[in-house]
Amino acid sequence: MSERELRISKIENGTVIDHVPGGEALNVLAVLGIDGTGGETVSIGMNVESDALGRKDVVKVEDRELSQDEVDVLSLIAPEATINIIREFDVVEKKRLDRPESVSGVLACPNHDCITSGDEPVETKFEVLDSGVRCVYCETIIREDITDHIVR
Amino acid sequence: MRHDHVLTARQLSREDVEEVLDRAAEIAADPDAVSDRHAGALLATCFFEPSTRTKMSFEAAIKRLGGDVVDMGSVESSSVKKGESLADTMRVIEGYADAIVLRHPKQGAAKMASEFVDVPLLNAGDGAGHHPTQTLLDLFTIREAQGLDDLTIGIMGDLKYGRTVHSLAHALTTFDARQHFISPESLQLPRGVRYDLHEAGAQVREHTELEEVLPSLDVLYVTRIQRERFPDENEYRKVAGEYRIDSETLEAADDDLAVLHPLPRVDEIAPEIDDTEHAQYFQQAHNGVPVRMALLDLLLDGAAVGAIGGDAR
Ligand SMILES: [Zn+2]
Repeated sequence: MSERELRISKIENGTVIDHVPGGEALNVLAVLGIDGTGGETVSIGMNVESDALGRKDVVKVEDRELSQDEVDVLSLIAPEATINIIREFDVVEKKRLDRPESVSGVLACPNHDCITSGDEPVETKFEVLDSGVRCVYCETIIREDITDHIVR
Repeated sequence: MRHDHVLTARQLSREDVEEVLDRAAEIAADPDAVSDRHAGALLATCFFEPSTRTKMSFEAAIKRLGGDVVDMGSVESSSVKKGESLADTMRVIEGYADAIVLRHPKQGAAKMASEFVDVPLLNAGDGAGHHPTQTLLDLFTIREAQGLDDLTIGIMGDLKYGRTVHSLAHALTTFDARQHFISPESLQLPRGVRYDLHEAGAQVREHTELEEVLPSLDVLYVTRIQRERFPDENEYRKVAGEYRIDSETLEAADDDLAVLHPLPRVDEIAPEIDDTEHAQYFQQAHNGVPVRMALLDLLLDGAAVGAIGGDAR
């Protein structure tokens, strides 16, 4: 076993999110709503050497298989990522990243005059555009730095 | 119209717009014919920010259809003051009325509110967002004055914060209209509106000088440059003065040019224009009643809307 592989050990059951752009691993966890309080066992490799990306992040979440919805949301911040569902140490499924039509509850609207910025009982919802996302309530468009708006 | 709610101009297809305008034209021609059509219907007016005229024109509209109004009153006197959410307020009020008119300072308020109610909800302005009933009366006025086909329109003033401008620009994309936007650079169209106009394949050009386009215009839609947008009074004076029209300005215009303004105006249109053929802004304000009557008529009829719209034509 090489030293690089040792850094993040194999998992028995769960999901491996590979080829995440270097430095984005924590944003991936934010998108998945994982902050440690849910009890999941999570391993993260940050800025691991990669032939394709130079530096990449790897996220392994044990005993949790990501839904297609969650995978779709990941495409906003890590379009090149690969998602492997692991059972009994084997990859049983590779999920494709498709840009979703919309994402709910994942991003906060940067517009302070947006109705979602108050104390209303609604989740934020963004329509996914070819480049960027757009609040379905106030129609504000976010193009750059989408990860800055992830609800943490 | 197949909509339960009227939230944005973007939501209205050309067919929707024409259905409302046709109905409004019939009502304007013979208001007595509909004076009992919605006897007993109650419209709730919820104005979280003041707008006397929009509110009055909705009140006039429902009363002329035979219905009546229940009014939330001022925000100061309501439970909103106690911290109740808009969603809760709407869920309570929906039980009192057959339709709700909402004016709210936050963008997207009407869209959110519509998710909590089953009665038709009409957006009467949500912050810098949308004001679709204003757009419908603007379109009605333009259609009466110039028609909506092969139209060259100039939209001038505060294009950045003017929700009436944003809604109108959206709506015009479904018609054969060339849109010219005239404003100081600091008050140009916001990104979201540009995006939509681009997506819709609209014919759009932007200018800082009215003279560049005035002679080619059929309609000039003037909006107020709001003093409170400028930190410095002198900056405001400098800019506002350049976007003021008087009879000298209009010498270069076509004789048939229709001048519109959502009102209130301050000094962007000289009073001397009022008595000319160009002035359409007071007629435009009056058109608010038949247009809102048409809209309420179609919405209150619910499932029967299509049939009644069809009969009417
Ligand atoms: Zn928003």
